[in-house]
Amino acid sequence: MRHRIIALIFMSLAGGFQAQAGPDGAELYARNCAACHGEKGDSGIGVPLSLPSFQATVSDEYLHKTIRLGRPGRVMPASGLSDAEIEAIVRFMRSWGMRSGTKLSHDSQRYNVQTPSFTAEPIKGDPEHGRRLFAKQCATCHGANGEGGKGTGVTFSRPRDQQIMAPALNNPGFLAAASDAMIKETLLKGRNGTPMSHSLGKKLKQRDIDDIVSFIRGFEKTPKTQTSTVLETEQAVLTMDSPYDLEATIENVKRAVVSNNFIFIREQRLTAGLAPEGREDPRQHIIYFCNFSMLNTALATDPRVGLFLPCRITVVEQNGKVKMMAVNPKRLSKIFNNTELNTLCDEMTKHYLAIMEEAAI
Amino acid sequence: MSKAIRFLITALLLGLAAAAGADQLLMIRSSQPFPEAMSALQNAISASGYKVSRVQNVDIGLSKIGYKTDNYKVVFYGKAEEVAQLVEKHPELIPYLPLNVAIFAEKDNTILVTSRPSVLAEFFPDPELKTLFMRWENDLTEILNEVQDAR
Repeated sequence: MRHRIIALIFMSLAGGFQAQAGPDGAELYARNCAACHGEKGDSGIGVPLSLPSFQATVSDEYLHKTIRLGRPGRVMPASGLSDAEIEAIVRFMRSWGMRSGTKLSHDSQRYNVQTPSFTAEPIKGDPEHGRRLFAKQCATCHGANGEGGKGTGVTFSRPRDQQIMAPALNNPGFLAAASDAMIKETLLKGRNGTPMSHSLGKKLKQRDIDDIVSFIRGFEKTPKTQTSTVLETEQAVLTMDSPYDLEATIENVKRAVVSNNFIFIREQRLTAGLAPEGREDPRQHIIYFCNFSMLNTALATDPRVGLFLPCRITVVEQNGKVKMMAVNPKRLSKIFNNTELNTLCDEMTKHYLAIMEEAAI
Repeated sequence: MSKAIRFLITALLLGLAAAAGADQLLMIRSSQPFPEAMSALQNAISASGYKVSRVQNVDIGLSKIGYKTDNYKVVFYGKAEEVAQLVEKHPELIPYLPLNVAIFAEKDNTILVTSRPSVLAEFFPDPELKTLFMRWENDLTEILNEVQDAR
């Protein structure tokens, strides 16, 4: 048995593995999607995935590409799953709207939930006229340049103003996944159950809708949108030598923390709580501190930043030399795939360096 | 399935994930309310041979200052000997120790999030460390799976 499993692993490494049984969409969804989108697709970032008005206006191809490409800079990561696994997730998501024996809601009947498909044919329109219409009809939620709503759109233990974060229409992931025809269909029908419940089809002529689609497609020509920028990568650790001994450096860091508008929380040895009491290595001390206003802003922007918390600098004595060390938030910002966090991470890196510099003076 | 086989599978998945530039966070939703999920997390950490060194009450700190928040904690954990050895041999890792998992309430559910140790492999490309990061990833995945499966 063991040899067989090992053989399978190596076969898959060589790209020769074809699973006999199909991937389990429900399990894959639970592992990869449910944290943000909810177990039944009823909450989370963007439009709830199980909403009939959403299911009725997106194609399987759109869902597949969205999972594959993610939304650069907008929390949702690109997926490394196989095509078969993504297909299984898509099938699972479709089962919410079309489960046999389930009585369809009024909304499902209105939208006649069936898997739609759209032509890839580009729609021709007047983007300049589309820009004016977009400013009037769409920009309030989607932003003047299609940058979408702010925040992660999920409560994540925080109060929120809107149930749904308006998607970023200028995001490269969205533009690659959505065809012109799909965008048009969404504009025509609206999305009942979201702030976009109204249908522009009743207000505008077909030609006007084409103009808006043409304007949205024009976002592709923007060199690099705000929603997809990633901070330049740097070293993962911030380090600074201290000219003082261990004890003096620890006191200096505590003072510098306060003079940089942070509250000192506590000091502990690195292995405190791990090693038996009294046997912790006395040469490594962690100094924890916090600026609660900054913390509150960071959590409202993206609650996943808890990984950084609380702010800390470790003072280490090694080979007779004393060093101050911290994680580099600017380097770590990349793992969150959230452009809105970039400014905060950049700021935090500057704070760490300022504190270390002051402590080393 | 033996630990060695699970380790190999994790190594495979790690390689594939890195190659595809996939998600660099491990994030799960537990259908349990916060207190039960918190308890399941601490039990799973202990069952995997690690020790919880501290629970940081982010929520209490915020509430004291006057900000509204639901349950939000950061759980630090590690192995004393392993940390001591790493500090001596690879002091560059010190700021990332001990390891941690952020855990917070999301309505009636609970979200757990932590960075993939494979991210550290990208930061610290020492081949010797790669094996360690793979083991951490394997352990973390098991810990989170256990919390997710707990009913």
